Amino acid sequence: MTDALARLEHAAVSLLVAVGVALIGVPLLLTVYLSVFDEKLILFPPRGYTLAWYPAIAANFGGPIWNSLQLSAAAVAGSLLVGVPAGIGLSRLQFRGKGMISTLLLAPITVPGIALGLAVFILLVAIDERLGSSLTGAMLGLVLGHVMITTPWVVRLALASLVTHDRAAEEAAASLGAHPLAVIWRVTLPAMRPGIIAGALFAFVISFENLELALFLSSPGVTTLPMAVLQYLEYHVDPLVAAVAVAQVAGVGVLLVVLDRFVRLGQVVR
Amino acid sequence: MSAAALTLDRLVRRFGSHNAVDTISLEVAPGELMVLLGPSGCGKTTTLRLVAGFITPDDGDIRLDGQSIVTLPPHKRDMGIVFQSYALFPHLSVARNIAFGLEMRRINAAATAARVEEMLRLIRLEALAARLPRQLSGGQQQRVALARALAIHPKLLLLDEPLSNLDAALRADMAREIRLLQQVRGITTIMVTHDQAEAMAMADRLVVMHDGRVEQIGAPEALHLHPATPFVARFIGGSNVIRGRIDAGSHLVLENGASVALVGRYHAAGSATLAVRPDSIRLGLAGAPRARVEGAVELCTWLGATVEHVVRIGPELTVLVRGPGLGPDAIQRHAAGTRVALDWAAEDEFLFDGDDRPLAATPTEPAATKEIHHA
Repeated sequence: MTDALARLEHAAVSLLVAVGVALIGVPLLLTVYLSVFDEKLILFPPRGYTLAWYPAIAANFGGPIWNSLQLSAAAVAGSLLVGVPAGIGLSRLQFRGKGMISTLLLAPITVPGIALGLAVFILLVAIDERLGSSLTGAMLGLVLGHVMITTPWVVRLALASLVTHDRAAEEAAASLGAHPLAVIWRVTLPAMRPGIIAGALFAFVISFENLELALFLSSPGVTTLPMAVLQYLEYHVDPLVAAVAVAQVAGVGVLLVVLDRFVRLGQVVR
Repeated sequence: MSAAALTLDRLVRRFGSHNAVDTISLEVAPGELMVLLGPSGCGKTTTLRLVAGFITPDDGDIRLDGQSIVTLPPHKRDMGIVFQSYALFPHLSVARNIAFGLEMRRINAAATAARVEEMLRLIRLEALAARLPRQLSGGQQQRVALARALAIHPKLLLLDEPLSNLDAALRADMAREIRLLQQVRGITTIMVTHDQAEAMAMADRLVVMHDGRVEQIGAPEALHLHPATPFVARFIGGSNVIRGRIDAGSHLVLENGASVALVGRYHAAGSATLAVRPDSIRLGLAGAPRARVEGAVELCTWLGATVEHVVRIGPELTVLVRGPGLGPDAIQRHAAGTRVALDWAAEDEFLFDGDDRPLAATPTEPAATKEIHHA
C-alpha cells in the first residue's frame, strides 16, 4: 500500500522533472536542429544538412559580436566596481537610508527592460539638452545603462556570499593589526570570491543578451549582437540566426562549466 | 615579553536605552588571568569587545599600563583574540593564519617563519602547517587560533568563550593547555565564559557580572566561600536562594508563612535572602532536634559520586541537597514523600538584606567544627 504510494509519488516527481526538462530542452534542441538545415529558408523537411552556417556567423555577425563582448566586459567591470563595495557596505555597515539604498540597488531588476531603455534615453536627452553634451547614442550611455541592469545581480550575489561568512574573522584580522582596507582585501574579498565570480558571470550574460537598452541607446554605427540578430531577422529567415543562438548558448555553457570547476556555483546561486 | 596591566575605569556602554555595560571598573594585574563570568546578556562579551576596540564606550576609560587606549582602533591595540567560532581565515593555511599578524606588522620573512615554527611547536601541530582550517578538528582549529593570537606577542590575550564549541572531553584538556600557555608566557589575559566550572578551573580571579554590573571580584575560592550577593551565591556555588523577611532575630519568615530557623542571630529587620549551598545541607528525619526547616522529599537522584535530594519546603519552594553517594561518607537516601529536616552550619549560612548586601550574624551557639567543602 505505502509501497504503491511511494512508487506513485516517485512517478509523479519524475514526470514533473521530465516536463520541466522538456520545456527547457525542446526549444534548444529544435534550434540546434534548425541550425544545420541546408536551406535558404526554414523549410520542413529540409533538403539536407550542413554545418556551413557556423563559419558564416563570423562573416555576418563578427562586428556586432565584438561590440557586444566589449560592452559586456565594460558592464561587468562597472557593475563589479559598484556592486561589490555596495554589497560589503550593505552587509557590514549600519547607516541611515540603508534600506532605501538596498531597494534602489535591486530595483532595476523589477522594471521591464523596454521601459528602462526608454527612461535612460529620455534622461540622456535631457542631460544633453542642458549641458550640450552628446551622451545620447554614445557608447558611454550604453555602458552606463548596462551597468545599471547588471549591478543588482552583483550586489545580490555579493550579499549572499557574505551571509555565511563569519564576521569574527574580520575582527580577528583587525586585532592582528590589519588596517580596515587590509581587512577587506585580505579577508573579506577572498571570502566573497565565489560570489564575485558568479556575479561577474551573471552580469556578463545579462548584458550580452540585452536588446532593449541597445534599441534606445546604441549609436548608429555600433550594433550589438542582439540588435544585429533582430535587424537580420527583418530581411532573412534562414538557419544562420539559429546557428548564432546555438553558438551563444554554447559559449555561456562552456563558461559555466569552466567556472564551476573553480567555484561551486550551486553553493552561491540558490 | 613584559606583561601589561589593564585598567577599566567606570566603563559604560549603552545599546539604545539598555545599559549593556553599566559603570564597570576593574584592575587586571600583569600576568593575571581574569575571567568575566555571568549568564548570557550580563555584559561580559560587551566588556571584552570594548577592550578589543570593536565597540567604543559611551563613558569611562580603558588603560593599558596607565596609557589610555580608548581612542585607538582595534588594529593598533596589540591584542590577541581567540573567538568562540575560532574565526580562522578559511582561505589561508594553518601557517599563513599564524603568520597573518606578523605580515601585518611587516616583520621580515625569516623572522616570521621562525615565529610560525615556534608557535606550531607550541601547539604541537607542526605536521599540519600546510592544511586549511576546514581540514582540522575543532580542537586543532582552536589551538591554531590561540597560536595566531600569541604569535604577535600581544600585550593582552582576550578569550571569548574559547571552549564552548568543543565537546566535553576536549574542553578540560584545552582549558589546561590554555592555562599552561598563559602561565608560561606570563601574558595578561581576560577570558569570558558563562560556564562556572570552566571559570573556576582557569581563573586567577573571577569577575561575576549581572545586568551589566560587577557583582563581585575575587579568587574562585573566596567567591565560593564568601559570596557578596545572592546572585553570586547561586551562580558560583549553585546555592539555594530563599527569600523572606527577618525581624531582628534568628527566624526567616517566608512568604507562605513558614519559617526557617537560622543558625545565626541577626540585628537587621525587613526583607532578607538566605543562600545555602546544596552540599552544605545535612538531611535528617523530621523531628530531629536541630531542624532549620522541614519538608518532604520530592525526588532522590543517585549520580554515583553524589546523591541529590529535591526537598519541597513550600508550595513554590524547593531546596536542592547534595551529599556524597559512595564510600564511608555516603549519606542516607530518602524515598520520595519522606518528611525530612534540613540543617546546616553557621559558616555555610549566608544572609543578605533587602539590597542584597551581606548581613553579619552574632552566633547564638559556637560554630560547629565541620569540614569546609571545597568544590
